[in-house]
Amino acid sequence: MVSIIYILWLRQLKRYLRSRSRIVGSLGQPLLFLLALGFGFGPTFEKAGGGDYFQFLVPGVVAMSILFTAMFSGIEIIWDRQFGFLKETLVAPVSRLTIMVGRTLGGATVATLQGCIVFVLAMIFGFRPEFGINLPLALAFMFLIALLFTALGTAVACQLEDMQGFQLIMNFLIMPLFFLSGALFPLDVAPAVLVMIARCDPLSYGVDGLRGTLIGVSHFGIALDGGILVVVTAIFLWIGSVLFKRIEV
Amino acid sequence: MMPTTENIIDVQHLVKKFGELTAVNDASFTVQHGEIFAFLGPNGAGKTTTIKMLTTLLHPTSGTIRVNGFDPLKQQDEVRNSFGIVFQDPSLDDELTAWENLELHGVLYAVPTKLRRERMSQLLEVVGLSDRKDDITRTFSGGMRRRLEIARGLLHHPKILFLDEPTIGLDPQTRNHLWNHVVELNQKEGITVFLTTHYMEEADKVAGRIAVIDHGKIVAQGSSAELKAQTSTQSLEDAFLALTGNSIREEESGAIDNMRQMARVWRGKRR
Ligand SMILES: Nc1ncnc2c1ncn2[C@@H]1O[C@H](COP(=O)(O)OP(=O)(O)OP(=O)(O)O)[C@@H](O)[C@H]1O
Ligand SMILES: [Mg+2]
Repeated sequence: MVSIIYILWLRQLKRYLRSRSRIVGSLGQPLLFLLALGFGFGPTFEKAGGGDYFQFLVPGVVAMSILFTAMFSGIEIIWDRQFGFLKETLVAPVSRLTIMVGRTLGGATVATLQGCIVFVLAMIFGFRPEFGINLPLALAFMFLIALLFTALGTAVACQLEDMQGFQLIMNFLIMPLFFLSGALFPLDVAPAVLVMIARCDPLSYGVDGLRGTLIGVSHFGIALDGGILVVVTAIFLWIGSVLFKRIEV
Repeated sequence: MMPTTENIIDVQHLVKKFGELTAVNDASFTVQHGEIFAFLGPNGAGKTTTIKMLTTLLHPTSGTIRVNGFDPLKQQDEVRNSFGIVFQDPSLDDELTAWENLELHGVLYAVPTKLRRERMSQLLEVVGLSDRKDDITRTFSGGMRRRLEIARGLLHHPKILFLDEPTIGLDPQTRNHLWNHVVELNQKEGITVFLTTHYMEEADKVAGRIAVIDHGKIVAQGSSAELKAQTSTQSLEDAFLALTGNSIREEESGAIDNMRQMARVWRGKRR
């Protein structure tokens, strides 16, 4: 079973590393956010007494790039279905749970890598994490975010026949998850309604956890962040595996 | 439950509906241990749909199926352990190399490493892809991909081998090679073969028994000689036409089917 999970994991990784254009392409958006928002909006933020906005923004943008890559990795099942490869794995004498675990771990690893690249880019542009020692913890948060949203992407993809519904997912799931998460604004001073909504968005806890570990600022506290992420990830993995078991092709 | 000894595949009153459309309509047939069984029928007759139900990819609307004695609905793992398949539609990972595609398959089917590598090299030789084994399959021609799919399907040696139009798009040399290899597997290892094809001469040559399906119904079963006798025809092709009529099936088929149909008609005219 381990060898099967490993080879499916390796497959995701190879696919990622071989599509350079995909890697570079998916760096555009986070860079834009970092540079345009970070430097453009920063002075206003500082004048309002919010502190260094670039420092504040980086964990949010890292989380964003993980969110996007992870959701896409999960949704890749639709591609595999259309291009036929999914059949090959579905008729193999391997439990679907194993297949789902291998794929999801692979997708999550890819998303974490993508997050790391954005993180390094942010360092080049002047980001300085405050607690060097917490880097492993930050990595753990990145991986948790990645796992959570790969599982969610998988669950969503199992419900879709083809890529037609993709625009819908983009506009009504991925974008709201990102914009309502507190990735761009501090929850401490946000209106109560917005905070309420953010509390229901799992990405909020990911962003908050990353901030707690990277710049030492946290709204919920990183223990709560970690706990909620673990629970929600488990739930999504479970839902994903149930839906994946039912797939027919 | 004990596997029944006689029939390795037993299908009774199988029905599959896609909404309004009945793709498989009360089909019953059996396949015996160790035989080569050809499942013939015009485009859209329900061959692939039947194979998908036999191989756990689709759930039947009604009817019973036994594959190697197991129920594909309830004993999926046991059924999946019993067969190998070459799909009609593409199913390679086109971002992986030929070698990696085979390797992945071998690991999924738990073929021991040493044996796996041996067979991989041997099969790549059989399908003439040895020198391209480290190329990404996206760069392959259609026929080369097809050959790789076949090599992959033969990598593990199952009890039952499903071949859904394996020779589509292959040159005559490769087709001969392939059938020789399949017959050899059948004789040496006793692998039961369940195949579909639109080349009647292939079915005539390799299949011990044939079932003809049309509009989701089995219209005839028996050896090639029996089918010819039954329809008073000289060739299997004539028998097939007598059983299924001369009209072209396009009313229910999708765009790809239509294209294939046209390609086939065009090829037929040139002959
Ligand atoms: N997923 C599906 N949804 C709806 N209809 C389907 C689906 N799959 C197959 N069909 C329909 O079921 C019928 C039987 O299709 P099937 O693929 O089994 O034919 P076939 O005998 O394999 O034909 P061919 O020789 O063209 O491969 C066709 O009318 C087809 O349009
Ligand atoms: Mg077919």
